[in-house]
Amino acid sequence: MAHAAVAEHRSTSPWLHFAVRRLIGLAAIFLVLLVVSFLIVQLIPGDPAAGLAGANADLADIERIRHQLGLDQPLWQRFIDYAGGVLSGDLGTSFMYRQPVLTIIENRLPFTATIALAGIAIVLLVAIPLGMLIGVLTQGGRRKWLDTGFGFVTGFLDSVPGYVMATFLVVMFALGIGVLPLFPPAYTPRFGSASFVLPIAAIVIGPICTVSRVVRRETAVVLGNDYQRTAHGWRLPAWKRYIKWALPNLLTSTLTVSGLVLTGLIGGAVVIESVFALPGLGSGIIKAILDRDYPVIQAMVIVIGMIAALINLLVDILLGLIDERTLGGSHVSA
Amino acid sequence: MSRRRNLGLVLGLSLLGVVVVIAVLAPILFKTGADELGQRFAPPSADHWLGTDAAGHDVLLRSLVATRLTLLMTVAATAIAVALGVLLGTSVWLMPRRLRELCLRAIDAMVAFPGLLLALVVAAVLGAGGSSAVIAIGVAGIPYFARLTGNLAAKVSQREFVSTARLLGVSPVRIAFRHLLPNMSEPLLVLSASTFAGTLTAISALSFVGLGVQSPSYDWGKLLNEALPSLLADRPFQLVGPAVLIVVTGLAAVLIGDGLAAAANPRAARTAAGGASTRRTSQGTPRDGYLVDVQELSIEYDGKQLVKGISFGIRQGEILGIVGESGSGKTLTAMALAQLLPDGLISNATRMTLGDLDLLGPVPPGLMAQTVGLVYQDPGSTFNPALRMGTQLTEVLRTHRRLGAQAARRRIIDALGTVRLSKPEQRMKQHPHELSGGMRQRAMIAAALATEPRLIIADEPTTALDVTVQAEILRELKRLNSEFGTSIMVISHDIGVVRALCHRVIVMYQGKAVEEIEAAHLTVASAQHSYTKALLEATPELTLENSHG
Repeated sequence: MAHAAVAEHRSTSPWLHFAVRRLIGLAAIFLVLLVVSFLIVQLIPGDPAAGLAGANADLADIERIRHQLGLDQPLWQRFIDYAGGVLSGDLGTSFMYRQPVLTIIENRLPFTATIALAGIAIVLLVAIPLGMLIGVLTQGGRRKWLDTGFGFVTGFLDSVPGYVMATFLVVMFALGIGVLPLFPPAYTPRFGSASFVLPIAAIVIGPICTVSRVVRRETAVVLGNDYQRTAHGWRLPAWKRYIKWALPNLLTSTLTVSGLVLTGLIGGAVVIESVFALPGLGSGIIKAILDRDYPVIQAMVIVIGMIAALINLLVDILLGLIDERTLGGSHVSA
Repeated sequence: MSRRRNLGLVLGLSLLGVVVVIAVLAPILFKTGADELGQRFAPPSADHWLGTDAAGHDVLLRSLVATRLTLLMTVAATAIAVALGVLLGTSVWLMPRRLRELCLRAIDAMVAFPGLLLALVVAAVLGAGGSSAVIAIGVAGIPYFARLTGNLAAKVSQREFVSTARLLGVSPVRIAFRHLLPNMSEPLLVLSASTFAGTLTAISALSFVGLGVQSPSYDWGKLLNEALPSLLADRPFQLVGPAVLIVVTGLAAVLIGDGLAAAANPRAARTAAGGASTRRTSQGTPRDGYLVDVQELSIEYDGKQLVKGISFGIRQGEILGIVGESGSGKTLTAMALAQLLPDGLISNATRMTLGDLDLLGPVPPGLMAQTVGLVYQDPGSTFNPALRMGTQLTEVLRTHRRLGAQAARRRIIDALGTVRLSKPEQRMKQHPHELSGGMRQRAMIAAALATEPRLIIADEPTTALDVTVQAEILRELKRLNSEFGTSIMVISHDIGVVRALCHRVIVMYQGKAVEEIEAAHLTVASAQHSYTKALLEATPELTLENSHG
């Protein structure tokens, strides 16, 4: 057997390589975020200190801020101070709230993380079965009406931005005609988890449509593959052909394509928090930008960026669990 | 199908046309009306169709007037994303290889980040405002567009005319403008349309959260922002104007994008008719001595006859070859016998039996799986890439023989040994891609053997393999046939393969059996039909006896 050698060339675990490579990747992303967040303040047009102090500030105020920001020191010195601070967990003090930025982040992170992670889970749990069902029902050009209807409905819902969808949902459910329970349209601690229902619903509808369209298309591709014919030739029952044979292949291509949609969900979460007045990172960073509260902006850019990086990693880990061959690359470059 | 797609394009263009007309005319016609102050928070009425806002402005008029600013900002941001994205994507492709790899990796990393974060960073630097929102969203769109352009450029630059130009010493910039860009213009146009839709949403989002257009200017996002308190105070109609306009404009861009994509890539609509083959019972008189008895089998698709009344039989323990060029109907014949015709193909026959099974009627899947084993052409794609070999191979036995995992495993490992696959235990744990083509084909034969079928149908079993591996697989099939007495039907376009392996050969040509001949007599001299002679003359000798082993 001249070909036996082919099988033996993988000696070390692909997971180890993956872990090492991705840890280096995460470190690189962190470094980039560190530089970018540092540059935000440096790139402010004009004199950042004067800009930050506001129109009514006198020279002493400006000098104080200049010193506070370390703007009176050379650029590299400032960066080292900044990086050292961030690495030692000192994210600075908010100009606005006079409290450590770390506290602000700790208070706001759970909201954003809940929305984003629950959103991703819901998108995958709804979109994959839905798209697969449509794909199976319409295979080989059957049920044209279903295909057309599905394409139209998802296409339309897909073009409704999350924040418009949010207002629509509020009108439908929260202000309701009394048919449905009244969810709080804005966050109030009293309602707890019920406050998350509408925000999550608002950001998942669009991505569900996008991903289920991808799944529907991929289902058609996967079902046309030779190995499905093999399963057919072995006369395996339908559920085994779809669930056991098709689904794993479907998941790899689907996650590969929709990884970007899932990271995009973070962006959706940032905006949606403003609609529902959820005290998360998104509404936080927007308020900080309006207030020119730079320490908060810098820290939040790093945190939101790292969340996005972790979601990317999560998608790749999922891909690797389904099919080890994908560990070689990232869904982004696939 | 294509009419429906064009309908989408027409609908999209007309919607966008209406929006553009509003953008041009509304500020001229309604500017003064939109600035007039009336009663605050008035409900919808004949004077104010959508009511008034907190300052007493007419909401509908303001929504219409805002169209121009919104569209201009969206166009500007889209232009930034498209122009700089294309520039970056193309120039990356003209860089030296190392640098290109590095840049592509960097762009990939940026694409993986939500564009909105980049937009927020830009907004944080530039401060809130309309023009900074345009720059922020435009810049945030660059990586995505650069990557798509890079991918397109990669495809185009592999085409011959680009490499020719390169060899001729044409400068990279000239190659980009003369060769790359014109060949990418169509997909780039499609992508621009979808980018426009995304940009509209994103810019409106920035204005909506207060980072975009500032008072006294207003775009749709700003109007939504102003309407939000009203929404929570149970006055939803203030939202209707900007919300509807955003959705309609976004929908128009999406429809145009889809329509352009469909027009640029006209795939013939597949009108596969639903419904299975017509099933009847066999009527023709059985012929003695045959395990498989097929009489007057015809197969049609969409009214066109692909197989035109072929009759043949396979004896117990016989290897029957069916040879012919592609399109001659040989595979369809075999698939009809295996009850695996694709959707839309209709088969008819007076008789099609295998032993006492009537293949014209429904056969229980379990019985079918244990009667007919199948070996396919390309062992590279017949196995499921996501599952381990063991999982796949044992599935037949577990499903149809109701064997437990362990028992099925043992049976398959035995079968793998029978087809002389090396290290069967280890192979069971591997994925298909870890095996060579020959090993996979052996595994396929083992899977076919495992159910102890009465007939094995091998459809071009060696076509995708190296010549040396071909001979091994052929020898294997021949050995199994003589050891176990299993009947085999071999489909091939290669008369050499068929002659070396089979006892008897049927030559198919344009859906008909033109010749049936003992393999031993398969020579130019003894062949009757001119097509058979032509096939033979074009084939070098290949005999298994002469090859080593």
